[in-house]
Amino acid sequence: MDKQAKAALVDPLFNNNPIALQVLGICSALAVTTKMETALVMSAALTIVLILSNVSVSLIRNYIPSSIRIIVQLTIIASLVIVADQVLKAYVYDVAKQLSVFVGLIITNCIVMGRAEAYAMANGPKLSAWDGLGNGLGYSVVLIVVAFFRELLGSGKLLGVTLLSPVTEGGWYQPNGLMVMSPSAFFLIGLGIWALRSWKTDQIEEEE
Amino acid sequence: MEHYLSLLVKAIFVENMALAFFLGMCSFLAVSKKVETAIGLGGAVIFVLTLCVPINNLIINGLLKEGALAWISPTFGDVDLTFLSLLAQIGTIAALVQIVEMVLDKYMPSLYNALGVFLPLIAVNCAILGTSLFMEQRDYNFAESCVFGLGSGIGWMLAVVALAAVREKMRYSHVPPGLRGLGMAFIVTGLMALGFLAFSGIQL
Repeated sequence: MDKQAKAALVDPLFNNNPIALQVLGICSALAVTTKMETALVMSAALTIVLILSNVSVSLIRNYIPSSIRIIVQLTIIASLVIVADQVLKAYVYDVAKQLSVFVGLIITNCIVMGRAEAYAMANGPKLSAWDGLGNGLGYSVVLIVVAFFRELLGSGKLLGVTLLSPVTEGGWYQPNGLMVMSPSAFFLIGLGIWALRSWKTDQIEEEE
Repeated sequence: MEHYLSLLVKAIFVENMALAFFLGMCSFLAVSKKVETAIGLGGAVIFVLTLCVPINNLIINGLLKEGALAWISPTFGDVDLTFLSLLAQIGTIAALVQIVEMVLDKYMPSLYNALGVFLPLIAVNCAILGTSLFMEQRDYNFAESCVFGLGSGIGWMLAVVALAAVREKMRYSHVPPGLRGLGMAFIVTGLMALGFLAFSGIQL
């Protein structure tokens, strides 16, 4: 793997994370993280759609008239998401039900559009694939970390396996009900950004 | 009538698109630095939502649903095109935003200038597609979808304007460097979502 491809793959993980720094794709990151299982399936679906859309946009980038490029990109992404949606419904129906509208919302997930517009339109298919994978993984990292805390603290389980036995089942752990509700997702991502920026201090924003 | 009123209140407060379903977060965080821009985008969202949710409702029920094409000829009676609904909805939204932009430019230039760059941004605002998808999932009829679209738009605007007001005041406080900007916006939104949770107890 040459240097450029490596940068395209590794940079989005922490240095240029799509959620924490680029502020892309936050909606679904918050909504599907009450459980580890849904977070994993969502991450996989988004990463695959992102790689494929990056490659397809990059392949035809020289033939797209710039005045209609948004529509073309949107059509490619929408078709890929329909495929992903149908596959999920066919093989993991229960999870697809829990994800409800959020699979469809990959279409308007700004990560996919943003990367197609910012990267795939200007680079070859191979590099775009690495970029897609890198950004998909950067998104997944945030999702998995948030889901880890929300499921573990909210219900004492991970992937459905009880780790901290809750009081309701005769154990010792009092589940934190707030964790399964929406505010906790905001807090966790906020704190996560704080932690990341304390580590990588160059990401700190200027005082307004 | 009561049914519609309760649907409206539910869409604005209890199931607030931004704070309960996290929809439209990207633009929510991006434009909430100033109250003025927040009002502009909020207005545009209400406008587009009120138009596009009912239109999508007509398309789904009139063209895509199983058996919806039976009016062409009975042989189309068992055609089920629901798998196309994603493509149809995003197409409607993108086209509608384009049309709204052109109409406003021609007939209401002052409003067009006020909304500015926000109109095209709305096409990829997930609050719009999200509301539309919820409408499909919950099987609303035409009148219900009008109310639902309007209510969701108002709820989203309420949330974004409130956040912008808080962030304007935030300028006078001392925020830890790592939390500055995005991090603090998340924490504040979290607190607001906590406040909105209080509405979930409302039974109408």
